[in-house]
Amino acid sequence: MVKKRSYTIAQLNKIAQDIRKDILTALEHAGSGHSAGPLGMADVFTALYFDILKHDPKKPDWSERDLFVLSNGHIAPVLYTALAHAGYFDKKELLTLRKFGSRLQGHPERTKLPGLETTSGPLGSGLSQAAGMAYALRMDGETHRWVYCAMGDGELNEGNIWEAVMFAGKYKLNNLIGIIDRNNIQIDGATEDVMPLEDLKGKWESFGWHVLEVDGNNIESVIDAASMARAITNQPTVIIAHTVPGKGVDFMEYDYRWHGYGSSPGDYKKALARLRTLDGIIRSEHE
Amino acid sequence: MSSSAPYLSDEIGTSDIELEPNRKGFGRGLKAAGVAHKNVVALCADLTESTQMHMFRDEFPDRFIEVGIAEQNLVTLSSGMAAMGKIPFCASYAAFNPGRCWEQIRTTVCLSNQPVKIIGAHAGVSVGPDGATHQMLEDIALMRVLPNMVVIAPCDSQEAEKATVAMSEDSRPNYMRLAREKTAVFTTENTPFEIGKAQVFHEGSDVTIVATGTMTYQAMVAAQSLNKDGISAEVIHCATIKPLDEATILKSARKTGRVITVEEAQIAGGLGGAVAEILSEHHPVPLKRIGIKDHFGESGSPDELLRAFGLTHTHIAMTAHTITKKV
Repeated sequence: MVKKRSYTIAQLNKIAQDIRKDILTALEHAGSGHSAGPLGMADVFTALYFDILKHDPKKPDWSERDLFVLSNGHIAPVLYTALAHAGYFDKKELLTLRKFGSRLQGHPERTKLPGLETTSGPLGSGLSQAAGMAYALRMDGETHRWVYCAMGDGELNEGNIWEAVMFAGKYKLNNLIGIIDRNNIQIDGATEDVMPLEDLKGKWESFGWHVLEVDGNNIESVIDAASMARAITNQPTVIIAHTVPGKGVDFMEYDYRWHGYGSSPGDYKKALARLRTLDGIIRSEHE
Repeated sequence: MSSSAPYLSDEIGTSDIELEPNRKGFGRGLKAAGVAHKNVVALCADLTESTQMHMFRDEFPDRFIEVGIAEQNLVTLSSGMAAMGKIPFCASYAAFNPGRCWEQIRTTVCLSNQPVKIIGAHAGVSVGPDGATHQMLEDIALMRVLPNMVVIAPCDSQEAEKATVAMSEDSRPNYMRLAREKTAVFTTENTPFEIGKAQVFHEGSDVTIVATGTMTYQAMVAAQSLNKDGISAEVIHCATIKPLDEATILKSARKTGRVITVEEAQIAGGLGGAVAEILSEHHPVPLKRIGIKDHFGESGSPDELLRAFGLTHTHIAMTAHTITKKV
């Protein structure tokens, strides 16, 4: 199936960069929150909300929509910013992130904000919920709808994830597409130091999944991978998206200390300035 | 003066009373709920027959999902299915569900407010020889502290059947605890059941006995023997521990001035804790709490264990004598 795009890749890259800026501005106002993951995943979320997902920002409960589950809820800033840019709510609301009374809770809460499919933050539970959704869609014969689930790589330490991997493999849930943010960092350091994940591809394959590996900071690659995943009819697919943590801000990139670092508003101002300076220079390390 | 509700069995306290595990009532109720509502689905973690889900599975094989021994996945899959409009019942032993997957229940069921129906079978010391690991005693406390969660402990198989159908029509997250052993079936088709409503099963004026789960039968037998001793006991069956029917309990406490709670679970955070909370706040009266007191179970026969932990009608009657000072 050839999917007609409403945005060019150049336009999508511009949107991703705007999303990065708004993430940093929102974090600056919030005075806390995770930075590296949201910046690293800005391209994937742009691909999702501006190309891959079938959705309607004006009708978040549209019965024909695809479902997107964010498992690692701490990268909420990129989800909220993508939702705002897509038109779910006014971008000004991004400045309420993590504040009292806000719909933009520190970690996403389904009941608070239209457009959120689940509540997440405690790690490891998103893929199971996505698998439950995929199973329910299959039961109801709704084969034209897809369930996407974004996970962190550090999150794969959780046993609950592998229970879901085993389940989806057994039931050949081809309407379930996982996306792993393979940025190689977690709070205590490099993923391979904290708890090694490799051979990551081999692990998922051995559980019955089709595995694709892409440059997660290349929007076109991500879009193409999702198209390939939807073409797999007899097993679930996981896209290992290799991303640069802190992508776009040179002093944050690849530095695990930025995973959850966000206590100093000055840091965000500096980051935003760097992001603007570097605008248009950084595209993809994997090209 | 005391009297039993007319809708209860005439054979309470006799050897003719029918015995059946209340989990069988759950099995029948789930099948009935499946007939009534096509969005009811069932998920099980490799304990399909002991949780009695096989009745549903055999009737609706396409709506039954074998999850394997993975309780965290069991409950989170259920959350995902609920998000798609299903009414998922997910079952295992109470020690594992909700025992192992409490955080998933907190986040993906309660905070997310999905109508997942959590079934914890084999709760209490009456599980017997399997020992402390499998004798879940903390489930009421664990579930009772969660916002949005409803906690139900049916007194017999008849009530478990009704409760299951009621749960399938309730839009909130629900937890129901079930027992392994056969216990007296002393309610009837005519006994009222409503989530959130306690029932006065036996009227009395000297002491209030608030019981839940299969312990309510022991309270009823105790009330009979107390009657012979000149003590008029009121037995309130609290099938729903949360939300607690405070009005019914307080009305009785105001009448009798003394309260005993009975449960096959930890009194800390359990029914005993819940009743102590409302009495101390609204109408402080002498209170005795019968249940497990900061202790684990152990292997033994169910009867041996119930006696050892003071979970019998004899012990309830003795406690009533003590609290009414008519020894």
